[in-house]
Amino acid sequence: MSITIDARGLSCPQPVLMFMEAVKSGNESTIIVLVDTDASKENVSRAAESKKYTVTDIQQQGDEYQITIAKD
Amino acid sequence: MTKNFFAGRWGIICVGAVIGIFAGILQKMGNPGNMGICVACFERDIAGALGLHRVGVVQYIRPEIIGFVLGSLIAALTFKEFKPRSGSAPIARFILGVFAMIGALVFLGCPWRALLRLAGGDGNAIIGLLGLAGGIWIGVLFLKNGYNLGRSQATHKSVGLLFPLIMLGFLCLMFLYPQVAGENKSGVLLYSLKGPGAMHAPLFISLVIGLVIGFAAQRSRFCTMGAFRDLILFRHVHLLTGLISLALFAFAANLVLGQFNPGFEGQPVAHTMQVWNFAGMVLAGLAFALAGGCPGRQLFLSGEGDGDAAVFVLGMITGAAFAHNFGLASSPKGVGPHGIAAVAVGLVVCLFIGFTMRKNIKGV
Repeated sequence: MSITIDARGLSCPQPVLMFMEAVKSGNESTIIVLVDTDASKENVSRAAESKKYTVTDIQQQGDEYQITIAKD
Repeated sequence: MTKNFFAGRWGIICVGAVIGIFAGILQKMGNPGNMGICVACFERDIAGALGLHRVGVVQYIRPEIIGFVLGSLIAALTFKEFKPRSGSAPIARFILGVFAMIGALVFLGCPWRALLRLAGGDGNAIIGLLGLAGGIWIGVLFLKNGYNLGRSQATHKSVGLLFPLIMLGFLCLMFLYPQVAGENKSGVLLYSLKGPGAMHAPLFISLVIGLVIGFAAQRSRFCTMGAFRDLILFRHVHLLTGLISLALFAFAANLVLGQFNPGFEGQPVAHTMQVWNFAGMVLAGLAFALAGGCPGRQLFLSGEGDGDAAVFVLGMITGAAFAHNFGLASSPKGVGPHGIAAVAVGLVVCLFIGFTMRKNIKGV
């Protein structure tokens, strides 16, 4: 199961909060987070690592990033 | 993709160290006591230099602030992180900026200065920092309950450049109308003859140090509010390590430079009315948390094209004008005649914003 979180345009800590909610609420093995600032990209990646998830892929599309995060 | 060194643990520690040490040096070179750097105080001085308030002791265009924004802009352009954006409830951010400044001026300092005051031996800063943490804690409760100001939108490049251009304009004014010894006015700019506004490091040094800090802080996302918020909200200590580093290195710099004077009474640009040291920073901390960044971070965000952060800064400058025109700001003698009322009004306004702005984001 995978879930996509659209956190584009949201300032910190919103993207991390949304990621944490997905971690808490679901059994998704893959979480995809869309963000549009580098700070959000780093914050979400750091949060993923702290929750024992792994960032498996970061795709840049224009000014946006698609972060793919998988459960360890 | 190149790894951003500054975003790592050692990066944020280095940036905290750079800010702490440079603050000590700036004080040695002329900036006021325990005020090597203070974003709130310096924006207040800018408001004074522009004549937005007429308190003669706090009027000077602080080149550090200009440097923070332009340094951040240079970093953002260099690393392709300049992202012009705006439209996330600008009026709410402006109001938060106004009251953030009023709260900070009741305490007499932004979070950076609270740390610098502590590092200089000012015990009153401990009360202010506790208030700051308390205000951020309240902000976190709102965040946990869905508070947010909505999404920003990508916009024209020139929108993101407007605020850095304003700063460049201020710098031009400083060159056009330089300080004249013994005169409190040069062209359109006001210059303090005494008081904190008359104490400043040489323009060029202030500017260069501001540029370096702005560059490094943009890369590291250094944020004092974020440090407490992430600790309370997520138990993350990443930003906190930067904050601790700032305090420790500023302390070391003060020891080396002979600027460490422990005590509560008679501290430079500080008062001992602890209830209001605490309450002022509760208000400031809550406003920072609701706006998503400490005053320094808002400057760095403005530099990388965030128009909403720029509106917050303009709110702070406006708040400083109100704070001094209305007698809300404290002085070493204690709180201003209407400071207590302003803190009460500010808390009510922040609670209104926190309780009512809970846009349901359909992000999942």
